[in-house]
Amino acid sequence: MVVDAPPVSAPTRQARHPLRQLLADRWAVAGGVTILVFLLVAVAAPLLSALEGHDPYTYDTNALTGDGLPIGFGGGISTEHWFGVEPQTGRDLFAIVVHGARTSFLVGFAATALSILIGVVVGVTAGYFGGWYDRIVSRFIDVLFGFPWLVFVIAIGAIAPAWLPKQLLIILVIGLFGWPGIARVIRGQTLALKQRTFVVAATALGAGPGHLLRRQYLPNLVSTIIVYSTMTIPGMIGAEAALSFLGVGVPPPTPAWGRTIGEAIAWVQTDPMFLIFPGAALFLVTLAFNLFGDGLRDALDPRTRGTRR
Amino acid sequence: MRTLRYLATRLLGMVGTLLVISVLTYAVFYLLPSDPARLSCGRPCTPDRLAEASAFMGYSKPWLQQYLDFLVGIVAGRHFGSGLAAVDCAAPCFGYSFRLNESVTQLIVDRAPVTFSIAIGAAVLWLIVGVGAGVVAAVKRGTVIDRSAMVFSTIGVSAPSYLVGLLGILLFGFTLDVVPVGGYVPLTESPVDWLWHLVLPWTVLALLSAAVYARLTRGQMLEVLSEDYIRTARAKGLRERRVIGRHALRNVLIPVATVFGLDLGTLLGGAVISEKVFSMQGLGALLIDAVGNVDLPLIVGVTLFSAFLVIFANFLVDLVYSVLDPRMSLSDAAASSGRN
Repeated sequence: MVVDAPPVSAPTRQARHPLRQLLADRWAVAGGVTILVFLLVAVAAPLLSALEGHDPYTYDTNALTGDGLPIGFGGGISTEHWFGVEPQTGRDLFAIVVHGARTSFLVGFAATALSILIGVVVGVTAGYFGGWYDRIVSRFIDVLFGFPWLVFVIAIGAIAPAWLPKQLLIILVIGLFGWPGIARVIRGQTLALKQRTFVVAATALGAGPGHLLRRQYLPNLVSTIIVYSTMTIPGMIGAEAALSFLGVGVPPPTPAWGRTIGEAIAWVQTDPMFLIFPGAALFLVTLAFNLFGDGLRDALDPRTRGTRR
Repeated sequence: MRTLRYLATRLLGMVGTLLVISVLTYAVFYLLPSDPARLSCGRPCTPDRLAEASAFMGYSKPWLQQYLDFLVGIVAGRHFGSGLAAVDCAAPCFGYSFRLNESVTQLIVDRAPVTFSIAIGAAVLWLIVGVGAGVVAAVKRGTVIDRSAMVFSTIGVSAPSYLVGLLGILLFGFTLDVVPVGGYVPLTESPVDWLWHLVLPWTVLALLSAAVYARLTRGQMLEVLSEDYIRTARAKGLRERRVIGRHALRNVLIPVATVFGLDLGTLLGGAVISEKVFSMQGLGALLIDAVGNVDLPLIVGVTLFSAFLVIFANFLVDLVYSVLDPRMSLSDAAASSGRN
């Protein structure tokens, strides 16, 4: 009978419970709250836009002047259109922004899940098995790490089969390019765990690879995986937004912040609010995830504690 | 001799990586069911004409043969078709765009200066500002400069470059009217206008990344400054300027070089995005245009060229690395330049 692994981070003198440490970090809490708010907005998007009385697809030329510019101040902000309207089409910007949150979160979470899954599997196996497998994997990670992935992802769009929904394609490609970071960290931690007494003991007691990986390694990698997942999400949201911005991401009419920002280029002088609303949403979500991720890392990883003041 | 051997090992590694990447890219783009010949065969596209177009472009051969043709073309150039309709693609031939009737190499050569101007200028600026701010933050630890560098780096990571770029255009271009709102002027045409059009793109790209480098440099600097040899240098009576500038900075730059090598791909991506923000016609615009028109040879050519470029630049970073840290043995340098 092999005992389960004790937690790797043995409590130090001043160590507090991770949750308390996290709650004491004002910036992390602010980030967490912002994430929650946007998550609620994303889930309740149809409800919110129904409350306002518009959907993100219907054209409304009555809200526009003859030149296609929104009527009224700040890009047509009114009790009717809370964030104003889109120039040229008159679609409601509030509805576009709240529905855009759905796109961002869906792609961000799904692509993160994919790259974390690949990264953990590759990292743990490379660290555990070592040898030529590890060498090949490490070399591959090195190459993929410095790779001009954006160029590749843009190019892939041209040859993707038509039956594959564009959103799924984006999740797949940015997920497939996003795993080297986590794989490298997990590999390093697995190598370190290999030397730990409890792992050596379990091995000596005759534990097989299945038991070792599931009961000894994984429980000790959980906090790293959580921290990395949180820190990967903003990158993935940003990647989707960048692709949509370039016009090779989420296709219209599905609302996407990046695409709206891209369309705002033509209107930046005459209707800056068309840029500000989706831009602020994208920036706030990314910032919130980064702050929360930093706080989570400080709370869960005692080594980096105190690097942020 | 040692240096020569190091160079040879790294060169071989680079060529190997390039080959693997090009095979994979080629396989992905030519094995997926898309028919580049159909697009240029015109309407009505009879099976005969399709076969003719396909043979002309070299798509009727098996993909491995096509790939080998492509490789040979880079070294020796290629010919498509025969007789009056023959098309010549001089070495180094990265393929031929039948849509634009131009060799991919020529198209890249035409557009690359734009992208290079953005990327290289931004990189120089971000290294100077980033490392400079990091050193200052470390030396003046705990002061306002230190704290603002840290806050700025978190914002820099979170703000998309295109958003900041557009706000910059709005503020400095339209409202204050101090810089052009977009466009590119070749360096050979007017160096002043070239610089003027690039100031904003450089600043936007550089400031966002510089923040990350400032954070990294600060951390490294603090670590290095507590080392014994720094105390020795100070004890010898060296001026603080020299201690920091010569003794400490050299060791700080090693991890910075590592991270910079990894960021080269991102830098290229940033340049591609900047092109759209500042309406410049560079490699990114070329690629997006090619994607929109399913111009397969051009897509593959630009993609492989970017990959080659980044891998080659990484090789150069490796060389800098070995200069910065003479202790590195050959294999160490190769191994740790990617790992950290």
